[in-house]
Amino acid sequence: MNLKALLTGRWAVVGGFALAAVLLLVVAPALLSSFRLGLLGKYLCYAMVAVGIGLAWGRGGMLVLGQGVFFGLGAYIMAMHLKLADAPASTGVPDFMALISSDGVPVWWEPFRSGVVTVLAVVLVPSAVAVLLGLATFRRRVRGAYFAILSQALAAAFAILLVGNPRSTGGSTGLNNFKGFFGFSLRDPANRLMLYVIAVVALLAMVAVARQMMVSRYGELLVACRDAEERVRFLGYDPAVIKTVAYAVAAAMAGVAGALFVPIVGIVSPNDVGIVPSIGLLIGVAIGGRTTLLGPVLGAIAVAWAETSLSERFPSGWTYAQGLVFMLVVAFLPGGLASLRRRPPGAAQPSPVPTLSGSSR
Amino acid sequence: MGLLAGCGARVSDDAGSGVGGGTCVDTSGSTVKIGFLNSRSGTMAISENTVYNALKLAADQINSSGGVLGKQLTVLAEDGASEPTVFAEKAEKLIRADCVAAVFGGWTSSSRKAMLPVFESTNALLFYPVQYEGLESSKNIFYTGATTNQQIVPALDYLKEKGAKSLFLVGSDYVFPQTANKIIKAYAKANGIEVKGEEYAPLGHTDFSTIVSKVKAADADAVFNTLNGDSNVAFFKEYKNAGLTAEAMPVLSVSIAEEEVGGIGVGNIVGQPVAWNYYQTIDSPQNKKFVADFKAAYGPAKVTSDPMEAAYTSLYLWKGMVEKAKSFAVPDVQKAAGGVGFEAPEGTVTVNGDNHHIAKTALIGKIGPDGLIYTDWTSGKPIEPDPYLKSYPWAAGLSG
Amino acid sequence: MEILLSQLFNGLSGGSILLLAALGLALTFGQMGVINMAHGEFIMAGAYTAYVVQGVLGDAGLSLLVSLPAAFVVGGLLGLALEALLLRRMYHRPLDTLLVTFGVSLVLQQLARDVFGTAGVDVAAPGWLSGPVEVLGFAFPKTRLFILAIAVAAVVVLSVLLAFTPLGRRIRATVQNRALAETSGISTRRTDRTTFFVGSGLAGVAGVALTLMGSISANLGTAYIVDAFLVVVVGGIGQIKGAVIAAFVLGVAQSWIEYSTTASIAKVVVLALIVVFLQVRPQGIFVVRTRSLA
Repeated sequence: MNLKALLTGRWAVVGGFALAAVLLLVVAPALLSSFRLGLLGKYLCYAMVAVGIGLAWGRGGMLVLGQGVFFGLGAYIMAMHLKLADAPASTGVPDFMALISSDGVPVWWEPFRSGVVTVLAVVLVPSAVAVLLGLATFRRRVRGAYFAILSQALAAAFAILLVGNPRSTGGSTGLNNFKGFFGFSLRDPANRLMLYVIAVVALLAMVAVARQMMVSRYGELLVACRDAEERVRFLGYDPAVIKTVAYAVAAAMAGVAGALFVPIVGIVSPNDVGIVPSIGLLIGVAIGGRTTLLGPVLGAIAVAWAETSLSERFPSGWTYAQGLVFMLVVAFLPGGLASLRRRPPGAAQPSPVPTLSGSSR
Repeated sequence: MGLLAGCGARVSDDAGSGVGGGTCVDTSGSTVKIGFLNSRSGTMAISENTVYNALKLAADQINSSGGVLGKQLTVLAEDGASEPTVFAEKAEKLIRADCVAAVFGGWTSSSRKAMLPVFESTNALLFYPVQYEGLESSKNIFYTGATTNQQIVPALDYLKEKGAKSLFLVGSDYVFPQTANKIIKAYAKANGIEVKGEEYAPLGHTDFSTIVSKVKAADADAVFNTLNGDSNVAFFKEYKNAGLTAEAMPVLSVSIAEEEVGGIGVGNIVGQPVAWNYYQTIDSPQNKKFVADFKAAYGPAKVTSDPMEAAYTSLYLWKGMVEKAKSFAVPDVQKAAGGVGFEAPEGTVTVNGDNHHIAKTALIGKIGPDGLIYTDWTSGKPIEPDPYLKSYPWAAGLSG
Repeated sequence: MEILLSQLFNGLSGGSILLLAALGLALTFGQMGVINMAHGEFIMAGAYTAYVVQGVLGDAGLSLLVSLPAAFVVGGLLGLALEALLLRRMYHRPLDTLLVTFGVSLVLQQLARDVFGTAGVDVAAPGWLSGPVEVLGFAFPKTRLFILAIAVAAVVVLSVLLAFTPLGRRIRATVQNRALAETSGISTRRTDRTTFFVGSGLAGVAGVALTLMGSISANLGTAYIVDAFLVVVVGGIGQIKGAVIAAFVLGVAQSWIEYSTTASIAKVVVLALIVVFLQVRPQGIFVVRTRSLA
């Protein structure tokens, strides 16, 4: 059975989802220690970002080099809520803030005392930023390399801002030492398992959303924008809007991933949101196959797993491996590993990736 | 979906108890596992590799002289990759998956603060070897580097003694310099010293022309430098190029050790004062042996520095605590810690059982033309650690 | 007034460093659409070349003068190798070159760490460049004047090359319309290789200049690559004068904003200004008018 049939056959899809759910919800918790399960939970968060990248980059041709920003927005919003919830009732000021200054809680933290506002903001703030940025750049037909570089610069600026304001963001340490998650103790293994389950459910839901978008009429327009933006315009559609929608959905997915990352991993710091992690998120997508539905998910999980286990053994080896994989996969196997299954050996490969028309020229 | 049915404990349930803790240290065999957690890759690898080397040296020495309580040490080394998140993850791995008896490492305050909740929630032990900004103590961390009253306060005393009436503060934009400068400003206010300016550069910043212009225009008696890493190189090159000298306006640094001098270039920094508790040039039998052993293990061109010495010492202090407690169990080690001492290369050090820091002697040094640092001023005797500066009236209100 | 002047000078100096880092990029990006993230590592390679040359020759003044051409060749050869081994097959997918070269940059950084060690190394500045020079009662650091001079020289040489030599004509033709240039008998393959050699060589020269300013370590290039790309984006592709103006404007803006705020805020504000600027001129300050439809 090839991937395409898997994608289109209705029963195959339902079966695939059921299989993934059983694997992740029953088999993994039974086999893995709570420490390894926590790591798997972290990989699932990266996979959520990857689903969005697959949509925006693989389908939409937008090379998003700054997904760390949206991941970070979700993560920091959640972290602010958790810090405020942990703060002593007498002062309401989180521990790290009381240590470094006596000014109290900044005004823009206050909305996140409310759990409802936090949950909404985790989705809405990243997508709002993406809509603003997307409309601003795509309407002016800034695309291709220009858009990639801008999104990358955005990630750099976001990390600088976080590091530069230790009083309100924890600076380079970031935010950590969370005691509870909406009232549930994070030290209790049962609650950590619950978080993992939430992550699995969120990931499956995102894959379902991405699939629905891909097979819909919108998905076809998105691919059309990637391959021939001018023609889509001539046909009377607004490519800027089409692309912005994909960008905003990808941003929302990254935001939710960040928000779950925080209680699962227990810390978020500027190192998780800057340029290097943003590009790192792309590796898994590139390896797995950027244009497919499941390629990015499996790629992201595999790369994160490889990073943990390789760097445990060879500290500098991981850097070489990461660099070489980037070079070789993108240069010689642009469709990712998924493309290996799709064509018989020796057959010419139809280009599944954006070509010159996706650039700025 | 039976998994969701069982609801876990609420936050209010685990009031202070070490829930989810309980280390799994196995002491039944002839060996015992310890963990080293240093950045072997990323921006901090430059510094932390040296600490790793010093820790390895101490472990080898201890093993060849019979181990701890008759057990050989098995070292598990992990890479913190210069990222707080990775430090937290690897600490958890060492404690929960590898079941080590103690962890040694960390450098930046970020890495320590990231690891602290992991060690507290699992009730494990971390030995942290670098000078830091103080205002912290944990029963799960032993701080074998200097706290502020053993480094920054003596440095200020030194500048005051040399007649400095005004200061300019330059630092990297993160928690150590900002907290340090808060302390410096409180000290200055109480001692009639004017702070003429305070500038922060992002970590890794490389263009110091604007900051040096401001320093030059302010014309203070001395500069107090809390920059970290590569920024020091750019700063000192710019400082020299702007025509400023150690004689006219000395720059006292608290993060530049022997290891960094080579990268900055001796010519750019010669004669500038630094504040630490150890220099390679200390003239004592313990230090001569340490330096000789280190060079024998890693090559004659290698230098030793304060954080390396503190890391080396930390392993011997842990050995002392375990042997005093006659147990590897964390609660026993914590109980036995107070008063454990060691004839370290820097001099005699003693563990303070209350705040888990160690008493150590402050030394102000000057960088010589050979790139080594020579002691210019000493506190004479070990200074008791006071991380919250409780015994300094001018510091009231700093710790909040 | 003195502050105004000194900040103007600091800004021009910062701009000249940006320009050196961006000049080669403007060339390769403009002509081939290749987004070379490894350009930063070519800068690093140039800096390490200066270190090695000084280790061999000893004398700081002589080795600085030897390093400049040596680093140009080293950077250029690295560029040629990259072009021949990887980029040659990817001209039809410019966005992917960004990822491939990012991989190259990771490998080169780790290679530098393994060869030269993780600790930073120092290249001594020659005596005739130490200290400031007094003009009208104001002190200008000599190293910064020297870097400014290198940047100006690089721009002049490159402009002459582009405007008056056969190679320059071929490059301009390829930038304006690759297909037509090919039809007219220009070997765009050879032109591409030469351009890549020159552009990457300029990165090497930038590396030598940077040894006068800061530390030389494996991550030297990462500090400059994003800023350099922003210069190219603001300047507009295909023309040197755009990069020159953009570099100096960004340099001066950065140093003036930094003077009244902090370095972190200055960086963020400058970026925000760039986004706003692209709203007005999405193609940068200058744009090469072409008749190609792509």
